Amino acid sequence: MTKAGPASVEFRNVSMRYGAVTAVDDVSFAIEAGKLVTLLGPSGCGKTTTLRMIAGLEIASAGQILIGGKDVTRLSAADRDVSMVFQSYALFPHMSVLENAAYGPTVKGLGKDVAREMALSKLALVGLKGFENRYPSELSGGQQQRVAVARALVLEPQVLLFDEPLSNLDAKLRRRVREEIRELQQSLNLTVAYVTHDQEEALAVSDRIIVMSNSRIAQEGAPRELYEEPANAFVADFIGDANLIDVTIRSVAEGRADVAIGSASISLPARGLGPGPARVAVRPESLILSEATGEGLPGTIRKCTYLGNHLDIIVATEAADLFVVQYGARPMLAEGAPVKLGFANSGVTLIPPD
Amino acid sequence: MRRATQLVLLIGWLGYALLPWYLPEGMSLTQFGWLSGYPLGKAGSALALALSGEAPWLLPVGLALLVATAFCRGADSGKVARVLVAAGAAGLAVFFLQGFGIVLKGSAAGWAMALFGADVAQGGMGGGAFLTVLSLLLLTCHGLAYRGYCRGDLFTTSAIGIVVLLIGLFIFWPVMVILKSALVDQNGHVALSAFSDRFFSATIWGLGCVSGGTSCGVAWNTLILAVLTGVITTLLGLACALLLQRTAMPGKRLMRALTVLPIITPPFVIGLALILLFGRSGFFTGIMADWFGFPRSRWIYGLPGVLLAQVLAFAPIAFLVLIGVVQGISPSLEEASQTLGAGRWQTFSTVTWPLLRPGIANAFLLGFVESMADFGNPLVLGGNFEVLSTKIFFAVVGAAYNQGQAAVLAMVLLAFTLGAFWLQQGWLGGKSYTTVTGKGDAGLPTPLPRRVTWLAGLAVAPWVALTLVIYLVILVGGFVKTMGRDYTPTLEHYRTGFAIDFSRGLFFEGAAWNSFFTTLKVAAISAPLTALIGLLTAYLLTRQKFSGRGTLEFATMLSFAIPGTVLGVAYILAFNVPPIEITGTGLILIIAFVFRNMPVGVRSGIAGLSQIDKSLDEASTTLRARSFTTLWRVVLPLLRPALVAALVYSFVRSMTAVSAVIFLVSAEYNLATAYIVGRVEAGEFGLAIAYSSVLIVVMAAGIGLIQLGVGERKLGRRQVGRRKVVALSSSVSDPISQGAAS
Repeated sequence: MTKAGPASVEFRNVSMRYGAVTAVDDVSFAIEAGKLVTLLGPSGCGKTTTLRMIAGLEIASAGQILIGGKDVTRLSAADRDVSMVFQSYALFPHMSVLENAAYGPTVKGLGKDVAREMALSKLALVGLKGFENRYPSELSGGQQQRVAVARALVLEPQVLLFDEPLSNLDAKLRRRVREEIRELQQSLNLTVAYVTHDQEEALAVSDRIIVMSNSRIAQEGAPRELYEEPANAFVADFIGDANLIDVTIRSVAEGRADVAIGSASISLPARGLGPGPARVAVRPESLILSEATGEGLPGTIRKCTYLGNHLDIIVATEAADLFVVQYGARPMLAEGAPVKLGFANSGVTLIPPD
Repeated sequence: MRRATQLVLLIGWLGYALLPWYLPEGMSLTQFGWLSGYPLGKAGSALALALSGEAPWLLPVGLALLVATAFCRGADSGKVARVLVAAGAAGLAVFFLQGFGIVLKGSAAGWAMALFGADVAQGGMGGGAFLTVLSLLLLTCHGLAYRGYCRGDLFTTSAIGIVVLLIGLFIFWPVMVILKSALVDQNGHVALSAFSDRFFSATIWGLGCVSGGTSCGVAWNTLILAVLTGVITTLLGLACALLLQRTAMPGKRLMRALTVLPIITPPFVIGLALILLFGRSGFFTGIMADWFGFPRSRWIYGLPGVLLAQVLAFAPIAFLVLIGVVQGISPSLEEASQTLGAGRWQTFSTVTWPLLRPGIANAFLLGFVESMADFGNPLVLGGNFEVLSTKIFFAVVGAAYNQGQAAVLAMVLLAFTLGAFWLQQGWLGGKSYTTVTGKGDAGLPTPLPRRVTWLAGLAVAPWVALTLVIYLVILVGGFVKTMGRDYTPTLEHYRTGFAIDFSRGLFFEGAAWNSFFTTLKVAAISAPLTALIGLLTAYLLTRQKFSGRGTLEFATMLSFAIPGTVLGVAYILAFNVPPIEITGTGLILIIAFVFRNMPVGVRSGIAGLSQIDKSLDEASTTLRARSFTTLWRVVLPLLRPALVAALVYSFVRSMTAVSAVIFLVSAEYNLATAYIVGRVEAGEFGLAIAYSSVLIVVMAAGIGLIQLGVGERKLGRRQVGRRKVVALSSSVSDPISQGAAS
């Protein structure tokens, strides 16, 4: 068996329509070979449909899909070198763990012994040695998930797809399994497309993230890019927490904008915006609290909540009620106390108005 | 271009160039006199006939094959696909045009004969024509697949093509033929007034029984009977399924066997036994009259008797459908309900019951339609209570032969059954009942609430008791001189039917052997075919998206809605003349059984498939399995209960059917039931009942074999107090239950 190695995935103006409903609308992106790219978005944004189009389980209504530079738009799932881990795992309930894992090579006609060897090696890889003869119903959720991964890995596909693989696991397990998936991807050098609605999960595992909203791509970039330079209000709000404040750009000079936030004013990268109304996305940890006598936007404490390693604080200002996070062992702040809010150098981004 | 397409082309050329195109008379595999003149003459191949000018209209068919062959190696896959579709479709069009057009001189299709310049009628089509049309069809389907239809899956498009062609030829066309005869008079002219006179006749729609005096129209009789039968059989089947599956009731094995026995009994036998028990000189009537002074009456003849017989005959079918559904309900759903604070009764009424609904709808529909199509019991027990099927029968074979009237009655019957179908669809709506998911399920089935248990037990007990008594009568009846009058034990009936003479080697002397062997052969061939086509259709209907899916589902239901008597007449009319001339052969019996029983396979397949999560199919597909592999390795093993139901049911129906085949049997191919009906008519009740007992035993054995072959569905669920995989029993006394209950 010749191993094809990881392949790139490219979408060119792909749309998917079911009658009058458009599930995916004119989407273009590229996934580099050997990278893990996450499709992130709220439910109903079209991310799962996009994944299923890579798999070939849905045939795109328009556009072009390339895998490894080859046009596969009209190829059926069985003809694409792509495997998928399903949200429900979709383990065949009438087959043992070994039979499940060996299914791919078996139906490919590789012979019983070869199929068994391949299945055993992948089962060992996911740490399921000794479970070969169990049935799926005799495994825990985490073990079932591993079987699903092993089954998808057996054929060493050009592209591996994950459809919300962690949604049926508990939180501790989720963290561990996502690390394992990432390690597996990097050590085996796999191209992976990964669907999730959990932004933390996406930030943790991805090389790049494609944020989808309303059947379109809202923004695409490295995790850090998306967090620090969200392109629009949706991305700013969806990835991490953000205070969205209406502001006015007074003037722009040499790529920097002079921005008025209430009575305070700061200088930010203009990001191509001109003078006029705009918005600023401010991360909660980028707001710096200081004494009422200091510089910055004046406000009063509305609420202060103790959360172990940090404080959640809501500050009422003339611009809006702002959400502030303070890390470290800080003293609690009294309700109604006057404060000044300063802005950190990172985590404050200009975004276009609606 | 895949290898499958090349194979299809090869098949096409084999059929077109080598095999005899027509069905030659006197064809046999041991003597080859019929081959004289090959490749020309009666047994000639299409290629030779077309080139020699004997049948030039066959030339375009070959041309289509030639074009497909010439272009199929092209590099441009888009172009190849277009050529395949065009050549295949054109070839099919020409094929059917010449097949149906060039038939008889002076027929309605004279223009087609002129078009092809033909001046001779063609004979019935044979093996060559069959392979050629199959090849052309598959070429079209492959072309469509290459163009991306059905996600580019050759198997799916081919399966759709084949199913559509078969249903068109063997369901739609005969129905068209019979309905056409509703609209024309004896001379073949369209006569609408005669139609409306027949249709609105008081014998069909009269309401005399409401106002008193006369009896109601035959349509009302049929409807009332069918609704009552449907409701009662469904309730009994459900009660029985719940008791068996969800309680620790004693005597389960006995009950399973008993509930299944009526299925393997020719339907009119139950009617016969009821007469022997409750008729004027029946066993019970005698006891009641002699001991308690009840006057002897004929109450059994009419609605009560027919209803009783139908309930006894069809409740097991409802049971078979429902036990699969009861098993398919994921125990964790009920456990979830209990953990949410619901009691047993609340869980049953809010979770279990709604999940049972698709099965209940299916069971009711089956009972309803079965009752409408039943012909044996109303014939035996109806008395003055006429229903549509018997009325149709007498319109065809009675003194006043009236094909038009039969066709009109058939249309009424069709309307009722289709109405039931639509009601069922509306009730179930678009709800999802998937309960076997890709996640392993680890739960224990909830025991039934106590009141449901009691209610079910009360309903099932008299049914079981009556069934026992009836089988006692059938068992004893074959071994006594005359049931009801002379109870002297005798083996005479069996000797008449099944004597074997060993004095001159092995010689099957008994009168029944001939029809017995034919029946076995036909049933054994048609059962797997029925299951295959039925489940394949169910798979296409539930798992594949293609335009015209609704029409296909409608068409499969249609064959079920046609009562057997009408189907028999329709087949005679449609297949007595070329292009498909197969009356009097064993083939027509097999085809009749396959398409008559197919809906059962479709229904049980759909019910089973709707409980298997679709992501299992998708997982298989993404692991490079094609549709066929997925079907074979993933879907089929999970569908085993449905497969068993389909196999068992079609086998049994083929052995026990009367109405559909009573017109289709011939001296050479006589069937057991037709033979038994003949004995009954001749008053030889002893032989009839003896033969029926033999059939019952044989079917039980057959069912045991099917179960052994198919085995159980392994879901890996935990089970209470049992080993994980229950050992299979092949005992004849416990026939269907296990496989269906797996």
